[in-house]
Amino acid sequence: MNKPSVNEETGPVEDSALQESYIWSKQTIQEIQRAATEGIYSIRGGGAKRKVPHFDDLLFLGASMSRYPLEGYREKCDTNVTLGTRFAKKPLHLDIPITIAGMSFGALSAQAKDALGKGAAAMGTTTTTGDGGMTQEERASSKTLVYQMLPSRYGMNPDDLRKADAIEVVCGQGAKPGGGGMLLGQKISDRVAEMRTLPKGIDQRSACRHPDWTGPDDLEIKINEIREITDWEKPIYIKVGATRTRYDVQLACKAGADVIVVDGMQGGTAATQDVFIEQVGIPTLPAVRIAVDALKEMGMHRKVQLIVSGGIRNGSDVAKCMALGADAVAIGMAALYALGDNSQKYAEEYHKMGSAPGYYDAYHLGRCPAGITTQDPELAKRFDPELGGRRIKNLLQTMILEAQTLARACGKSHLHNLEPEDLVALTVEAAAMAKVPLAGTDWYPGKDSSY
Amino acid sequence: MTEIDLDKSEVRELNSMLHSLDDKSSESSFRVISPKGKHNIAVGVDAKADITIEGHAGHYVGGMNKHANITVTGNAGSGLAENIMSGVVRVKGNSSQYTGATGRGGLIVVEGDAAARCGISMKGVDIVVGGSVGHMCAFLGQSGNMVICGDAGDALGDSIFELQIFVQGKIKSLGHDCEEKDMGPEQMAKLTELLDKAQIKADPQKFKLYGPARTLYNFKIDNAYLP
Ligand SMILES: Cc1cc2nc3c(=O)[nH]c(=O)nc-3n(C[C@H](O)[C@H](O)[C@H](O)COP(=O)(O)O)c2cc1C
Repeated sequence: MNKPSVNEETGPVEDSALQESYIWSKQTIQEIQRAATEGIYSIRGGGAKRKVPHFDDLLFLGASMSRYPLEGYREKCDTNVTLGTRFAKKPLHLDIPITIAGMSFGALSAQAKDALGKGAAAMGTTTTTGDGGMTQEERASSKTLVYQMLPSRYGMNPDDLRKADAIEVVCGQGAKPGGGGMLLGQKISDRVAEMRTLPKGIDQRSACRHPDWTGPDDLEIKINEIREITDWEKPIYIKVGATRTRYDVQLACKAGADVIVVDGMQGGTAATQDVFIEQVGIPTLPAVRIAVDALKEMGMHRKVQLIVSGGIRNGSDVAKCMALGADAVAIGMAALYALGDNSQKYAEEYHKMGSAPGYYDAYHLGRCPAGITTQDPELAKRFDPELGGRRIKNLLQTMILEAQTLARACGKSHLHNLEPEDLVALTVEAAAMAKVPLAGTDWYPGKDSSY
Repeated sequence: MTEIDLDKSEVRELNSMLHSLDDKSSESSFRVISPKGKHNIAVGVDAKADITIEGHAGHYVGGMNKHANITVTGNAGSGLAENIMSGVVRVKGNSSQYTGATGRGGLIVVEGDAAARCGISMKGVDIVVGGSVGHMCAFLGQSGNMVICGDAGDALGDSIFELQIFVQGKIKSLGHDCEEKDMGPEQMAKLTELLDKAQIKADPQKFKLYGPARTLYNFKIDNAYLP
């Protein structure tokens, strides 16, 4: 239907009457034309934008007659969690089961990293380094800090290993399972270059595989090496992007992980190919259930702790994740938004860059007006780490209050007592993925059948 | 000289003792016997100690070493002296894959051959191999020097950054973005110094130098691996 055509009886055709093609949507056409101009895939930050089955597709069954609720404000509902009980001499005791996911200095400004540490410390939880090593700022501000060991090994050294409270071997990330890190030249400042031993201003694309082990048998020896270096004190995590989750979780167990982090396909990233973000991996919802079942199959559920991330936004996502059997969750994007990324305050600047608040995802370009995903000292100066720390604390506090509200309504005196039986699904897809009944039925696809 | 027999003690006991060393320790000389290919021997040492491992060591021997002078008299497994920070790790025999992976400082000497991926992602370490190396050596290497007295396998120096590779023998193939460079007096002096330090006899004049063509430093479509 062409717009200028005029129907003699009804007059000009309204825009709203034009039918957009589902297959050839405006975005699809635009992307084809961009590709035809530039000849290279599009790179961006953030998480998947497509709709995937998520925790919104689950609902809690609050208590009434058949179950007893707990008094909303007065009765106890504990939130603490211990991570790393399997082998580590010094497991981590966290006050809340919401942790801050690994986001690199390089992707984020040192100020933003500092704020994440402050906020997490105030709530008795962990922050995590990232693909760029440990900064002094974040070590100082984080009460408990998880140190990532990634394929790139930028900045890796035994002193920081010993300074860490836990070590996370990153084998994959939900946004790009099978892909390595990427940091474009705009963000390779002097300090970032020095920490990563790279020439300044180059476009850094890091390895997707670890340099000194290949399969799970080698990883087991590698993990023992890290344990030897740190005298068996620290919990060792293994992080995987959610894909073949059952096998990955079981192999991580076999390789000797104390804690397994499973990151769903909608998890955020600082930069990667759009096709990676949107087209690789499985959503967080099925990943939790598969991971828990895989641990149970090995008799390791609750012995090896499970942290889940990818699209965790609020206390209800946390509670649902835990009801499905996770021990804790991690947040990335939610933390960035809490710090002020995509805030209305910078609407004009986002518009100038061809974006808008709520849509900005060009983290790789390092021009973040909020001073968060940048290495530009002028932009970074706009960001106040004290205020950022308070905002992270407030977000975590709100999330935990929400999760407790839901847990008490289900009659649970600890978040860990939430169970799949507290949930129903709104859609057949969610029922199948979470293995909880479709609301109003006692059925989910695949129930009682073997496969 | 303290002697540790790994038939009688666990690797854990050995490492724990080595980790307790500091500047004031009276003993700084250790002889480890019966290593029998055990993994993770003498990892994470941070002291000026001399440690001799008599026999074959398994994976990651000397991993993340700082300051210590470690010698393996036999062969070594994968990941020898991975992420070494300083000090010297020497293997009198051959070493397996990923020798010196991500190493950030110090010196690694392999008197025999080193297998595939020697010096992968190296970040400042110097590696001297008396014999030959396998494929993909120095892959993604960022900084430091690699000296290969024998031959090199396929894809030497693929995707390297600011790294110098000196090779005396034949190279099966160079990796993406690795090219021959002119050897100036400065590089010749560096090579001579490294051979000296490694106590490996070779004529520096017979080596050729390889380094990055620097065409991959910026993300251009021409850099993509197109069919
Ligand atoms: C800006 C940014 C930087 C990141 N950097 C890293 C990193 O260095 N290492 C890593 O394992 N994951 C990294 N991630 C992924 C997060 O650790 C986490 O898996 C993800 O953000 C969780 O999903 P969510 O963003 O939906 O909460 C990054 C994510 C973002 C948004």
